[in-house]
Amino acid sequence: MHEKLIATLHPLERKVLPALESHSDFDEIIKATGLKDIEVMRAVQWLGNKEAVELKEDVKEMVDLDENGREYRDKKLPERRFLIALKDGPLSMDDLQKKADLNREEINVCIGTLKKKAAIDVRKDGDLVFSITEPGRKMLDKESLEELFLKKDFPLDKTTLAPEEAFAFDNLMKRKSIITSDLVKTKTITLTRLGSEILKTGLGESDMIDRITPKLLKTKEWKGKGFRHYDVKINVPKVNRGRRHFVNQAIQYIKRIWLDLGFKEMQGNMLHTSFWDLDTLFVPQDHPARAMQDTFYIKDPSSGILPRDLMEKVKATHENGWTTGSKGWGGKWSEEMAKKNLLRTHTTVLSAEAISRLKKEDLPAKFFSVGKVFRNEALDWKHLFELHQVEGIVVDPNANFKHLKGYLKEFYRKMGYKDVRMRPAHFPYTEPSVEVDVLHPTKNVWIELGGAGIFRPEVVKPLLGFDCPVLAWGQGMERIIMEYFAITDIRDLYKNDLKQIREMKKWMRS
Amino acid sequence: MPTVTLNKKTVMRLVGKEMPDEELKDRISMLGTDLESVEGDSIEVEIFPNRPDLLSEQGFARALSSFLGVKTGLSKFDIKKGKDDYRVIVDQSVESVRPFTACAIVKGLMFDDEKIREVIQIQEKLHVTYGRNRKKCAIGVYPLEKIKLPIYYIAKDPKEVRFRPLEMNEEMDGLQVLSRHPAGRDYAHLLDGKDKFPFFIDDAGNVLSMPPVINSHMTGRISETTTDVFVEFSGFDQSVVSKGLNMLVTALADMGGEIHSMVIEYKDQKIVSPDLSPSKMEFDKSFVSRWLGVDLDDAKIKECLEKMGYGYEDGNALVPAYRADVLHSVDLSEDIAIAYGYENFEPTIPNVATAGEEDHFEIFKSRIGDVLASLGLVETKTYNLINKQIQTTKMGIEQMDIIEIANPLNIEYDSLRCWMIPSLMKVLQDNLHHEYPQRVFTIGRIFKKGESETGAVEADRLSVVLCEPNADLTKARQVFDAIMNALSVGCEAENTDHLSFVPGRVARMSVNGKKVAYVGEIHPRVLENFDIEMPVAAIELNLTDLFSVFRI
Repeated sequence: MHEKLIATLHPLERKVLPALESHSDFDEIIKATGLKDIEVMRAVQWLGNKEAVELKEDVKEMVDLDENGREYRDKKLPERRFLIALKDGPLSMDDLQKKADLNREEINVCIGTLKKKAAIDVRKDGDLVFSITEPGRKMLDKESLEELFLKKDFPLDKTTLAPEEAFAFDNLMKRKSIITSDLVKTKTITLTRLGSEILKTGLGESDMIDRITPKLLKTKEWKGKGFRHYDVKINVPKVNRGRRHFVNQAIQYIKRIWLDLGFKEMQGNMLHTSFWDLDTLFVPQDHPARAMQDTFYIKDPSSGILPRDLMEKVKATHENGWTTGSKGWGGKWSEEMAKKNLLRTHTTVLSAEAISRLKKEDLPAKFFSVGKVFRNEALDWKHLFELHQVEGIVVDPNANFKHLKGYLKEFYRKMGYKDVRMRPAHFPYTEPSVEVDVLHPTKNVWIELGGAGIFRPEVVKPLLGFDCPVLAWGQGMERIIMEYFAITDIRDLYKNDLKQIREMKKWMRS
Repeated sequence: MPTVTLNKKTVMRLVGKEMPDEELKDRISMLGTDLESVEGDSIEVEIFPNRPDLLSEQGFARALSSFLGVKTGLSKFDIKKGKDDYRVIVDQSVESVRPFTACAIVKGLMFDDEKIREVIQIQEKLHVTYGRNRKKCAIGVYPLEKIKLPIYYIAKDPKEVRFRPLEMNEEMDGLQVLSRHPAGRDYAHLLDGKDKFPFFIDDAGNVLSMPPVINSHMTGRISETTTDVFVEFSGFDQSVVSKGLNMLVTALADMGGEIHSMVIEYKDQKIVSPDLSPSKMEFDKSFVSRWLGVDLDDAKIKECLEKMGYGYEDGNALVPAYRADVLHSVDLSEDIAIAYGYENFEPTIPNVATAGEEDHFEIFKSRIGDVLASLGLVETKTYNLINKQIQTTKMGIEQMDIIEIANPLNIEYDSLRCWMIPSLMKVLQDNLHHEYPQRVFTIGRIFKKGESETGAVEADRLSVVLCEPNADLTKARQVFDAIMNALSVGCEAENTDHLSFVPGRVARMSVNGKKVAYVGEIHPRVLENFDIEMPVAAIELNLTDLFSVFRI
């Protein structure tokens, strides 16, 4: 009737099941089967899953002897030893203590209780002298309730105590370290109807093959034997697989979009002179963004060297526009300021470098990068000091503002955002300047993702040597990634919590 | 970038058109300011640094009004010719301190609490942004009734000039102002090291102010009875101070004031100030069409420019006198694009083929990351900035030539890393409560001092840590060998010493004769510093160097 179930029984279950006919206590089952407690525990759990046994956990108040209790059970209670010592006549305090083998504290307790029961007399004859009274002698003939209690088998279930035992228990609990009372969890295991039926049917073949081992295969011992059935529904322990960081998965995906659109990847240093990071991009030297508080400057080496030829052009462009057709910012351009080293504030510095390496015959050229940028900001749920920027430039004599919108719209479409909006903005190096917003697909609000524009001639001409429209963008990346992985605190992207990384879903956008 | 709060009623009255909030929000965003909110009676906007002329309600409303097509084209401002004594005489002594000034008189202003607050707000915002915290230019506004014209702009020994600065009860000399007055202390650095300080002094010998620091309490404080004001800008460039003055006086004129000119008398020239005539800018209209990708005829260009407050005459743009940001015809292109409407440009991808190409080193690094993930390792992403002690003393090393940040905000991140294992030791320390084994790697940048344009040299490195009960040199070597195997390169090991590793259990690994890695067991002393009670075997591999020999 239950063949299928019986075939799944593990050897441990086969050993435990018969023992349950006569035992229900966990410890007794261990004794009866000769198994280790962990083995019994597992067998019981599996049998429980199969609904062949029922496991009950009870909490009981168990009474046991304490240190003094064990001593008194063997040597009798102090008050009895006190009275026995006086049986042959009065004794002084010192003699009594020696003869009864009691310590000072025990003597004092005895004097109190025995006087109350009028079992002793105390006289003062220089020293204190004790003698036994008639009621005292009577007490010697009969064992007290407490003494009877101590002779019981411990540990005891408190609920099984008779009324007079409960009285003795209360009295002994008041005394020092005689008995203890603890709440103890006990496990009882009983066969269910199904379990009993299985036992009745018989467990059948007991040498069914469990694990298939090389030895088994070599010796061909498996032939003619049955295989134990496994529970295929059981949950198995988790295996941790190796994996790339979830942000890097997203970066790979973003890179692929730009590669598919025909862009070449740019890479470069993170530490630059202000010249490359800011001055070549026509950021005025008194621009608020160059202030100490926004940018990480370097203690040592605090300054670098500048490419002389390009520097002259950039300097002239800042001061009077050079040959770019611009008025320039006016004022004096400081070489010292441009030499100061910093951690790149945008990957646009890579674009500046890429443009400076281009020749006329290389055009049209398109570049992208996904790289770290640095902001000297305090770390909080909205701010990081190291972030990624998705950078791109299109250097093409025929490029125009509509293309800028085209590339960005296509990028964001592939990132899963259908609607893209461009708003007027301001950056010192682009004209027109654009702020790019994408429409959140479910929340229906615009999310600001970064800047874009066409590089000013004041940027392009000194770097490239001639005028050419250069479409450029530097988009934030972290916000999109947080959105995808449902992360609300930006610090959680890089907290490197191994549990989080192991359990994070894979980047599946396509 | 400064955020200003504008009174919606005032703005809309000046704009001359009412509209629902939603439409207003959209239009403000598309005008070229970053809208924060329109709520109740206030409009909060962030003004971009290129448009300080929008910092006042008047300037903002003027731009919005023409953008909406209500009052387009150049705004006209009348300037009454000042009386004979409307003069500012500039003494040569200011040349070495703060050489230029632009001034004007504005009459007929009805000051009340609200208006005084408004003027102070404009002045403050201009100070911070356009004036770069008064460094580039500083502004003073004075009640004309307290002043005897003409005015002298002169530099004097600060110890010899005494006046009562704004909101103070006593007279003090110029130096005392710098140490005792709150504004004095804030802006003292702007006069650092000067023998003489600049002063505006009236014909009666009363000090009006000590720019760029403070006005006098007696002559430099507007009250509700003030109707006429004297306005001055001081700085280092005539055009900067004149443009600034134009922004302020046009706002005052839009408040109902009447502008009167003054004559600024320099040693060798006289300037009539303010000059609100627009500047003519020639530009190539076909360039604008090419730049923006739309065909714009003359009429359309005119319409667009006028929507942005420009004039248009004989093919030239007339740039308003209060615009300080028009340096090049691309600036006109942007304004034309804004008037045309960013939303009206059709997104297009040109039909030109270019070949995409991933950086080869990036591919190389990514493949190595994949190999490690296939071995069951977990990748972490670690910062380039790290605490200096974590790289050195905590790793059992006393001295390393580390590149430090000059101005760290957070002591936890005060230096650039010069090796990678410390980053992963920190990861292990942060994950003590998670299950083992912990097999982790990270790929990132390291920085060292060296020969280059900046004096720093960068390289990309890989670090691996195996943290588990039986982590040892063998386990780490297996991982290292798996990478070498995937790259089909051979490697050699030799004994080495490294203070972070257990002596005798650290190998220096070479590929094609180039030393590229350390592999070994981390010293228990180091583990103790990171509270780790589990053995750790680690790899530090220079990928930049490995790539250089790999390609040969």
